Amino acid sequence: MKVRVKFTKSGPVKFIGHLDVMRYFQKANRRAQIPVKYSEGFNPHQIMSFAAPLGLGDTSECEYMDMEVLSSGSSKEMIDRMNAVMVEGIRVISWKELPDKSQNAMAAMAAADYVLSFREGYAPEPWDAFVSGMQAFLSQPEIRIVKKSKKSEKEVDIRPLLYSWSFSDGQFFCQVAAGSLANLKPELLIEAYCQEKGLELSPFAVQVHRKELYADEGTDGVRKLVPLENVGKDIL
Amino acid sequence: MRKLALSDEILLSVEKPARYIGGEVNSVVKDIEKDHIDIRFAMCFPDVYEIGMSHLGIQILYDMFNRMEGVWCERVYSPWPDLDKIMREKHIPLFGLESQEPVKDLDFLGITLQYEMCYTNVLQVLDLSGIPLLSKDRTWDDPIVLGGGPCTYNPEPLAPFFDIFYMGEGETRYEELIKLYREARKNGLSRLEFLRKAALIPGLYVPSLYDVTYNEDGTFQEMIPLYPEAPKTVVKEVVMDLDHVPYPDKPVVPFIQVTQDRVTLEIMRGCIRGCRFCQAGMIYRPVRERSLEFLKEKATAMLRSTGHEEITLSSLSSSDYTHLGELVNFLIDEFKSQGVNISLPSLRIDAFSLDVMSKVQDIRKSSVTFAPEAGTQRMRNVINKGLTTEDILNGSREAFSGGWNKVKLYFMLGLPTETEEDMVGIAELANEVAAVYYDTVPKEQRQGRCQITASSSFFIPKPFTGLQWARMYPKEEYARRAHIVKDAMNAQLNHKSLHYQYHETDVSVLEGVFARGDRRIADVILAAYRRGSLFDAWSEFYDDEKWQQSFKECGLDPDFYTMRERPIEEAFPWDFIDTGVTKAFLIREWQRAHEPVITPNCRQKCQGCGARRFGGGVCFEGQS
Repeated sequence: MKVRVKFTKSGPVKFIGHLDVMRYFQKANRRAQIPVKYSEGFNPHQIMSFAAPLGLGDTSECEYMDMEVLSSGSSKEMIDRMNAVMVEGIRVISWKELPDKSQNAMAAMAAADYVLSFREGYAPEPWDAFVSGMQAFLSQPEIRIVKKSKKSEKEVDIRPLLYSWSFSDGQFFCQVAAGSLANLKPELLIEAYCQEKGLELSPFAVQVHRKELYADEGTDGVRKLVPLENVGKDIL
Repeated sequence: MRKLALSDEILLSVEKPARYIGGEVNSVVKDIEKDHIDIRFAMCFPDVYEIGMSHLGIQILYDMFNRMEGVWCERVYSPWPDLDKIMREKHIPLFGLESQEPVKDLDFLGITLQYEMCYTNVLQVLDLSGIPLLSKDRTWDDPIVLGGGPCTYNPEPLAPFFDIFYMGEGETRYEELIKLYREARKNGLSRLEFLRKAALIPGLYVPSLYDVTYNEDGTFQEMIPLYPEAPKTVVKEVVMDLDHVPYPDKPVVPFIQVTQDRVTLEIMRGCIRGCRFCQAGMIYRPVRERSLEFLKEKATAMLRSTGHEEITLSSLSSSDYTHLGELVNFLIDEFKSQGVNISLPSLRIDAFSLDVMSKVQDIRKSSVTFAPEAGTQRMRNVINKGLTTEDILNGSREAFSGGWNKVKLYFMLGLPTETEEDMVGIAELANEVAAVYYDTVPKEQRQGRCQITASSSFFIPKPFTGLQWARMYPKEEYARRAHIVKDAMNAQLNHKSLHYQYHETDVSVLEGVFARGDRRIADVILAAYRRGSLFDAWSEFYDDEKWQQSFKECGLDPDFYTMRERPIEEAFPWDFIDTGVTKAFLIREWQRAHEPVITPNCRQKCQGCGARRFGGGVCFEGQS
C-alpha cells in the first residue's frame, strides 16, 4: 500500500539538511513502529521518497513523503502515532492512501506556493517601497536573469514560471513552477528585483517558507493545480 | 519554540549548523520553574559534535544527571574552527545545546578527557565560555570545572585548569557532590571552602589543594597537601553491581550522521587479559559483567526509543563476556528481521565468532580483524599479548573457508626491546596470512587476490601499565622503523596482496609527553593554545611547529618526558592515584616483560594485582 505523508518543518530544525531529514524519518518510522516495506537485498532500506528537497534554513508546512507500507491504521491513528515520536518543529499533518498507479510526489509535483519575508534587520528597503517596486517589476512581460552554470552563462526569462503573487503584512506570496520540467527558486524574484533597482541584498536576507506543493491535473495546457495530498484519500 | 543562541546568518554561514541547535530526539529540556531546577550541569566532550555524540560515557552521565531531582544536564561540544572564529569575533559565549544559554551561567562544567590530543580544546571550551582558564582565577561567577575520563589517571598536565578531577566511574559520587554544592551555596561558603570539603568525597581530587616539588634533576619529587582535607592518595571510584546503576533507555539521537550512529550496549567493564601496554586493561579492573537479562531489556528499550538501525556491543574484549553466545543469538532472533544490523567489534576470531559474523554481515564486503600488536612471538610475550601466530593463521584459514578475503592486522612499533627482526616479523606475519588464503581457497573459487591490510601505530607508554617506565623514540626513528616494515612488505612473496599503513609520528611523541607529563606541562599547553593550537587530534589542524616553540618558550624539554627509560625508583606524578592495581604488581609486569614471559589472565590464575579489594567482579567469580 502506498501512502503519502505530509509534514511541517519549522523552528530550529530548519537547519537540518534534506538527507538528514530522510534519516530522521527512517528512525521515526521505527520508533512509531510503522510497518514500512523494505527493499530486498543484504542491506534492506525503507521504501520511501520525498517530493522536493527544502533548502537549508527554509521552513515549510507542506513537506511530502511517499512510503510503501505493509498495512495501515486509520489516517488519524497513524498521524497520532507519528506525532508521538516527532521532535519540536516537525509535525505530521496528513496521512493519505494513494491510488495504486499514482505517480510519486517528486514526479507529480508541478507548482509550489511560497511565502517570503525579510529576516529582522535585513530588509533592503522599507516595506511599502518594496511592495510598489516589486509590483511593477513583476508586472513586466519578461524578467530576464542571468543563469550561471559551471561552464556557461545564459540569459533566461523567469516570468513564465511565476503564476501569481500578492503582498500582505511583510509577506510576499508567490505561486511558481516547481518540479523537474520547470522550477523557479522564489528568492530569485527578489534577487532579480534588487539587482535591477540597485538595492543591496544580503544572502541571508530572505526567509523562505513553503506553503503548498501541487500536482497539475489539467489538460490541453490549462493548469489545474491540486495539492499533492489531495491525490490520496484519508483512511477511515 | 526554543530560541537559538546563534543567528540564522551565523548558522547558515557555518558547516553543519545542526551541530549547534540541540533539540534532538530524546534530548532533555526541563522547565526551570516547574521542575524546580536549582542545579545546571554542562557535560562537555571537547571535540566536534560528531565525535562527542558517539561517546557512550556522556550518554550514561547525561541520563543519570537528568534523573536527579532539581538537576538539568545539557551537552556542550567544541565549536568547529569556522564557528570558533565567528564566536571570538562577535564575542558570543559558548552555550549548552539544550537551553542555548551560556555555559558560564551554569553551576558545573564537566569535561570528559578521552584522549590527550584534546587538551587544547579544553582551553577553547573554557575560553569561549568566558571562564578563566586557570582554576585560581575563578569565582562563584564561574561554574565548577570538573574533569573525568581515562586521561585523569594522569591529571597533572591539566591540573591548573580544573577545579576538581573525578577519578573513576561516574555513577557513584555525583549525588554527594551536588548535595555538598547546594549546601555550600546556601550557607554562603567560599569557593575554596567548598573545594576543601569536596576533597573529602572519595574519588575526588582537587589539584589546587596540593603543592608539587621536583628533584634537582627535574624529576617529580612529591605532592604536598596544603590543607588537612586533601588526602595523600585518591582511590578511583568503581561500580560493583553494573545491573543497578543508571543506564539510558533513551539515548539522544543526533540529526546528523555521527561517528557511532547506533545503539551502544556496554556488556562489561574491564578486561581479563592484562596486555602490558594497555591502560584501559589496568584502570578498569576488576572485570565486571552486566547480566544477560539487563542487556536484553536495555537493547529492546534503546532500539525502540531511538529507531536506530544498528546495535553494537561495547567492551574491551567482547569474546570474554560469559553470555556472549546467548546475547548475540537473542539480538539476531529478536531484531534481525526488523532490519537491525548487529555489529560486533573486538571479537576474537574463531569458529563461533565467524559463524555469528556470517549471520550479521555481508561477507563479501566485510573483513576480519586481528590485533597481534607485534610481529614476533617474542615481542608478543614482552607485551603479554596472548595471541599466537597459530591462532592468527587458524582464524584466517577459517575465515577464508567461510568466504572472507579481507583481513586487517593491527600492530605497534617502538615497543620496548624491539629489534629489526620484530619489525620485519610484521611483514612476514602478513605474508603468512596471505599464503594461507592461497593454500586454502582453490583457484576457481577465488575472487581476485586476498587483501591483507597491516596498520601500525607507535607505542606510547601510559601511566598505570606494566610498560609505564619505557622510553619512546624520536620521530625520525619511528619513521625509520615504519620504513623497515614497508620495505619488508614489498619483499614478501605475496606482496601484491599486502597493504601497509602507519600512524603519524610527531603527534605520537606529543601524546607521550602529555600521557606521562607533570604539572609543568600545563604551561606548554597554555602557550600552544595561545599560539593557536586547536583540534590537535585532527591531522589537518595539528601544527608541530607551534608545540616546539611552546616547549622552548616554557623552558621545558619534551625529550625529558619521553626519551628516558625511567628507573624503578623514580616517583611519578600519578603515584598518588590508587587504581586498585598496585605499583608492586606493575613493577613485576615490567620485569616479566624483559624476561619475557606471559602472565596468565584473570580467569586462568589470579596474579594478585590488587583489584580484588574492591570486593567483586571476576576476582570473586565462581565463589559465593
